Amino acid sequence: MQETKPPLETLQDIRSMMERSSRFISLSGWSGISAGVCAFAGATAAYLRIGRYKSNMRSEYSLRPDSDIFNLEGVDLIADLLWIAGIVFIAAFLLAFLFTYQRSKKNGLRMWDPVARRLLWNTVIPMLVGAACIVRVIQLAHFEMVAPLSLIFYGLALLNGSKYTLGEIRYLAFGQLMLGIINLWLVDYALIFWALGFGVLHIVYGALMWWKYER
Amino acid sequence: MILQMNGMKNPIENLNKIFDSRIRLGVMSILMVNEEVSFNDLKQMMDVTDGNLASHIMNLEENGYIKVHKGFIGRKTNTTYSITKAGEKAFKEHVEALENMIKGVK
Repeated sequence: MQETKPPLETLQDIRSMMERSSRFISLSGWSGISAGVCAFAGATAAYLRIGRYKSNMRSEYSLRPDSDIFNLEGVDLIADLLWIAGIVFIAAFLLAFLFTYQRSKKNGLRMWDPVARRLLWNTVIPMLVGAACIVRVIQLAHFEMVAPLSLIFYGLALLNGSKYTLGEIRYLAFGQLMLGIINLWLVDYALIFWALGFGVLHIVYGALMWWKYER
Repeated sequence: MILQMNGMKNPIENLNKIFDSRIRLGVMSILMVNEEVSFNDLKQMMDVTDGNLASHIMNLEENGYIKVHKGFIGRKTNTTYSITKAGEKAFKEHVEALENMIKGVK
């Protein structure tokens, strides 16, 4: 005969099985917090680097290759900013992975299961499309579009992934999308929007999720 | 199922014997919320061996609770499963019976 469990326990088993098979629930709040901190550090580094560039120029400047006042220092600046962005992205991703890995281990769950794969695919595709758009706007020297586009495509990626993980991530997605769209019309404040979206929103979301599920 | 009784005097009678097994119940739970799931994915989610899972799946299939779809990915066979109408009904009744048992205890 099979083991006969009390009905309440059986119902809880059913519920957890349904949840685990349809949503990736090991996403840790700390992943959000760490991503936010990385973004903040990156925004600060970028701010300082831009400040240095501006104090060197002290005059009207342009980063457009077709402009009369285009200069090599501007090229250096863009290269450095791209480096900063790349390092931030990798650091945030690694830390997010680490905290989520820890959490799934603590809960005795497999991290790399079919649900995780589904979540990954559904977020990676919008992000790759976004990356292609960003590469193109950089080539066209519309640097002011980088921040809004990264916020918008990241927001869409989260929205798409929200079906396969904690549903609350939807609100993070809406926040990123809203900031991205406002940023489209306030392009001079790109760095602030970037820091708000990738920094503040991540930290707030991560802290709330930690409070709700992991405390 | 035959187990359905009219009187509802003893709620345990409404429990579906087929769902006594943790693995069969697990497979049904997963298929309730996922349209189509492959054998390998089921195996990973349930953390069971091939043979064990296969025998339980066959049992569910024989009872008409799940459907098997045999397909190919390239040359490799890819077998997926989905729940049938009868399976959905039986599962819901089982859950209801469990809930009634809890209410009854109170």
